[in-house]
Amino acid sequence: MNRTRLIISLVVAATLLYAVAPLLQHDRRGGFEMQKFGRTPVLLNGRIKPLDTVARNSLLIIHGKQTFATGQGTLSAMDWLAEVLMKQSEADRRKIFVIRNPETLAALGWKPDAGKYFSFGEFVPHLQEIEQQATLAQKVDAQLRSPFQRDIIKLFERLTLYHRLENSIEVTGTQNFKGQIDELVKNIHPSPVPMNSGITAEALQSLAFLAETGYFYAIPPFAPNDDPLRWRKMGESLLVFLTDGKLHPAVKAWASLATAFQQNDAATFNSALDQYSRELQRDLPRRVWKAKVESIFNQVQPFYSAMVLYVLIFILAAASWLVWPQTLGKYAFVLLVVTFAIHSTGLITRMYLEGRPPVTNLYSSAVFIGWGAVLLGIFLERFFRNGIGSATAAMIGFITLLIAHHLSMDGDTMEMMRAVLDTNGWLATHVVCVTLGYASTFLAGFLALTYIVRGAFTPSLDRATASSLSRMVYGIVCFATLFSFVGTILGGIWADQSWGRFWGWDPKENGALLIVLWNAIILHARWGGLVRQRGLMVMAVFGNIVTSWSWFGVNMLGIGLHSYGFMDSAFPWLIAFVASQLAFMMIGLLPFHFWRSQMEAPRRVPAREMVDLTA
Amino acid sequence: MAAITSAESFFIRSPLRVLASLRLTVVCLALGMLLVFLGTLAQVHWGIHQVQARYFQSVLIYWSPPGASWRIPVLPGGYLLGTVLLINLLAAHATRFQLSKKKLGIILLHLGVILLLIGQLLTGLFARETQMRIDEGQTMGYSEAPREVELAVIDPTNPDYDQVVAVPEAVLARGGTIQNPTLPFTIKIRQFMANSQLVMRTQAPDAPPSPATQGFGKNIVATELPRTVKEDERDLSAAFIELEGVQGSLGTWLVSNAIADRQPFTVEGHTYSLVMRQRRFYKQFALTLLNFTHDRYAGTDIPKNFSSRVRLVDFERNENREVRISMNDPLRYRGYTFYQSGFDNNDKTSILQVVKNPAMLMPYIACGLVALGLLVQFSMHLFGFVKKRSR
Repeated sequence: MNRTRLIISLVVAATLLYAVAPLLQHDRRGGFEMQKFGRTPVLLNGRIKPLDTVARNSLLIIHGKQTFATGQGTLSAMDWLAEVLMKQSEADRRKIFVIRNPETLAALGWKPDAGKYFSFGEFVPHLQEIEQQATLAQKVDAQLRSPFQRDIIKLFERLTLYHRLENSIEVTGTQNFKGQIDELVKNIHPSPVPMNSGITAEALQSLAFLAETGYFYAIPPFAPNDDPLRWRKMGESLLVFLTDGKLHPAVKAWASLATAFQQNDAATFNSALDQYSRELQRDLPRRVWKAKVESIFNQVQPFYSAMVLYVLIFILAAASWLVWPQTLGKYAFVLLVVTFAIHSTGLITRMYLEGRPPVTNLYSSAVFIGWGAVLLGIFLERFFRNGIGSATAAMIGFITLLIAHHLSMDGDTMEMMRAVLDTNGWLATHVVCVTLGYASTFLAGFLALTYIVRGAFTPSLDRATASSLSRMVYGIVCFATLFSFVGTILGGIWADQSWGRFWGWDPKENGALLIVLWNAIILHARWGGLVRQRGLMVMAVFGNIVTSWSWFGVNMLGIGLHSYGFMDSAFPWLIAFVASQLAFMMIGLLPFHFWRSQMEAPRRVPAREMVDLTA
Repeated sequence: MAAITSAESFFIRSPLRVLASLRLTVVCLALGMLLVFLGTLAQVHWGIHQVQARYFQSVLIYWSPPGASWRIPVLPGGYLLGTVLLINLLAAHATRFQLSKKKLGIILLHLGVILLLIGQLLTGLFARETQMRIDEGQTMGYSEAPREVELAVIDPTNPDYDQVVAVPEAVLARGGTIQNPTLPFTIKIRQFMANSQLVMRTQAPDAPPSPATQGFGKNIVATELPRTVKEDERDLSAAFIELEGVQGSLGTWLVSNAIADRQPFTVEGHTYSLVMRQRRFYKQFALTLLNFTHDRYAGTDIPKNFSSRVRLVDFERNENREVRISMNDPLRYRGYTFYQSGFDNNDKTSILQVVKNPAMLMPYIACGLVALGLLVQFSMHLFGFVKKRSR
């Protein structure tokens, strides 16, 4: 007994250690305190976030990954961003842009074998052409664009983002930004008319360019009287100085950082960073704290480690059906609980950072569906102790987190909510209920998949397992009906509150209604004796199709109030998923003598008796 | 004796049993899924408004091959399915269900579904959605139907008010001649175009001569277009109207909701004017837009909130107060609900959605009943299950 406990504690400790391991790696490339630099708060897209988030999301959009592998090693997102902001000559040589479309390559006059990776420097002679092509392509309706048109628009957007990043702190190619600022402070006599301040026309123009082009807002508000959200871009802040004579200390701090980095002077860089961090800590302690939490969250990537662990759990739990059911089943369950805790920590951290209920966009719905399904799976495993709850939960946990990972490719997953969605009350009730409805419908569907796969392909589905699976599916379908029905009606009430109509037959509303109807059909068909154990399973698998349609399919129609844009890349995956589910339904309908498990058609139950059974 | 019983069972019991059967429930729900799914797909081509009318607020859905003049019903529409489900549910409770504690959850839940179905039917039949576009400082005592026009004949003789005869779109579309006892002439609808394109005659020199002999219509070419299906587009309707007095025709006018100018004319020394506009619904009270605010997130164009500060004046009820209408926080007054719906004109115009729905409360009650019923039923199951496991 004691030994078992010890082993369990060791497993738990090792799992947690695995989860926090990324924090233990200290990134100090060339002696620069990049990790600390990444915690500096800036404003972008209406949200104050650490520079690290800006770096990761930008690199993700431009390069498709959160790190960049050079020939000699791996650059972290922050290492890369530092170069883009402060040492552009180096950054322009990094081959970070990916082009896979041969037509795009041809349009640029490059051979198809010219390699997939290109640096910004290589694009410079072609910028005008690319802009022209992209402008032409943008005139075509988004859904009618050819692959080349989509690719060239994407390329243009990436190049624009890169260009804006480069001109966020200093004008690209500036050698000594600190010196420039010092000169400016010495020679300028602030005047309401900028031209009268003694600045040259050329210098004024470059400040205006910086104010216009810069991507993020690096300079905090003037403490403590300024509007707390009135952050400024570097250029804007310098223009304020020209007219008002107020120079924000952060301008000097950033200038020192930029010049020290340019001159490869780590000691000066670190001490300037140290001083700036102290100033921020004094003026904006809460923002600094949140930025720190977010950058730790970025580094730990709890959803990534949970994803990996779910695979391990699935393997353990599925193996328990063949060998050592007790031991393997137990460890799978322990791991599942620990992984669920990691998943939950990630979820709660996101909620804290956003100040929102768990589901605010498609990305977070994926994270939450996985979470909900795993929670239900844990309950099932507690009751039935046969590995099925663990295995199914782990499978859904893995798949949904994988989907979330792919959805995060578009950039920041914590966007601000548009006005109509900006009500935590409804987000917390309607959206959470509907999403739990999705989660439980998927869980029922995946339990049914387990039944069909184990029954048809392995001899491991015995009578007891089959009947416990049937009870699980029935219970989860009841649960799914409750949540999807209540969630859908709450959505109607929200719509009534904000648009004045309860139901508008909008595609997303219809999608939710389909889930409710399908779950209701399953329950009534079972109560009416129209289906028995196997029919229930086949119907539950169809629930996967209905739910995937509601979750993703309707967004691909590109119409309606809930439409999140056309997701062309996800479409083949949806089709493949639907096809696979239909295939499993066919297998589920095969006569029993094709099944590997010894199954016999159960005794016919008269309809009346079935009805009474459920009462 | 035996013959009577079997006849009774055949004509009364067995139809009732079919009506009350779970099979019928499953079939209706499955057809409902098909309807909802097809109704979603159809929105891509037909737009939400046409689909609503054709699929969901209809008894049958028809199909006809392109170009054919006949059509066959292929699927039951929303009204028919809803009604059959309602009857099915009522029949099931009349025959199969006994009132018992064990069935409490299901009974509550079904009662909620019944209320929901009836509520949606009533909403479909009686609710009215209109819009109010107010500029800052403007006072408005009416709202307009965004997708329906009317022809207004205005008699401005009285300095205190205008006397208006309004012809709704449904009547215009029917065509024919309209006579109203307050007008000394008849209105003949020569052509009505639900959607049209208007071009200055100078830009289309080859166009056939205009039927219009009076007003601005002489200089404009109107061409009929199919109705728009896009959510963000509006139809521009137009019509050629001929007025006929005792002495014969007074002329033909072109009217369109694209042109707000009133076209004056004189009959028997009395001046009237003619205009086509969005159909108006007058209220017993008026709203004045004091100001409109539109907040954005810092450093972005993402709207954070919009709200209208309005003054509500109602002489009948002696109301005169300031109200704030914002997203998710509407004004409810005298059976109408005013929602913040949009803005225009550089944030100087506020667009309010005005809804009158006598069945508004039903989904709220239904939701409560369904949730309660499901909760009671499933927790009875769950507790039973847990108890059985722990034994």
